[in-house]
Amino acid sequence: MWAFINKLRSPKWFYAIGARLQPFFWLAAVVLILVGTVWGLAFAPADYQQGNSFRIIYVHVPAAFLAQSIFVSMAVCGLVFMVWKIKVVDMAAAMMAPLGAAMTFVSLFSGAVWGVPTWGTWWMWDARLTSMLILLFLYLGVIALRGAFSSRDSASRAASVLAMVGVINIPIIKYSVDWWYTLHQPATFTITGRAAMPMEMWAPLLIMVMGFYSFFIAVTLMRTRSEILRRESNKRWVRDLATEER
Amino acid sequence: MAFESLHEFFAMGGHAPYVWAAWGVTAGLLIAIVLHARAERRLLMRNLQRRVRREERLGTGQGEMAEISHQVGGNHHDS
Repeated sequence: MWAFINKLRSPKWFYAIGARLQPFFWLAAVVLILVGTVWGLAFAPADYQQGNSFRIIYVHVPAAFLAQSIFVSMAVCGLVFMVWKIKVVDMAAAMMAPLGAAMTFVSLFSGAVWGVPTWGTWWMWDARLTSMLILLFLYLGVIALRGAFSSRDSASRAASVLAMVGVINIPIIKYSVDWWYTLHQPATFTITGRAAMPMEMWAPLLIMVMGFYSFFIAVTLMRTRSEILRRESNKRWVRDLATEER
Repeated sequence: MAFESLHEFFAMGGHAPYVWAAWGVTAGLLIAIVLHARAERRLLMRNLQRRVRREERLGTGQGEMAEISHQVGGNHHDS
């Protein structure tokens, strides 16, 4: 653990290890998402109540998982950055925010589109929907805050603090379906209980979730490496990279 | 297969607009994210190479580099 944190202090180490890990996560993302898409769209049986509109679950749930996980990752990065002042961690957090916002948007949009045939409305101020909308605003807030400072260090610290405070919203999203049982159905996946769906339905969902997580890791590795090029462009080793790749 | 024909598959049992809108927007965004990440990486590498080349030509030292980097890498908050 300590050895890992010390290694993270070196952007050069991250740049090299990221280059080696990246292809595996890209491959996993592409294969899993393609398999999950074909399986979920064409082979999974239609729901006996919702018919084929239930297939939206295969983009809705993975996006919603990522939206929340990315925020938690961002908060953890914020904490690590505040405690140990590790630059790479802050760069990763900066790269996560737009992706998290995109995933929150996907989950809200797919949910709205799913709501029309299922609930008869695309939006309601249900606890789950509202807390997800707040998550979107938190992401936009983090992005805006980073842009609002002329000093990079102030921007990083402000964004870290907002991520750490905003993470309170995550347990609220998670338990909103149990605390205020209004419109949104409870969790599809539980760690303890039995699956609420037959295997032919949840297997593609699990594949899609894994594919989305791989996608998140691949994009974050790639963009953090780009961010290193941007922020560390004065370093000798970064300049040597430019000559090597010529 | 959950569908009898390709036509039925596209019709999604009458739910075509909802299913395809959700999947279309998701796929579009994921692809856009990948294309953006690739373009960003290429642009940054090209800027870096251009800068290193120019400095080699001018023979500038470390001292002046900080100033130049301010112009080239000045676009910090575009993510």
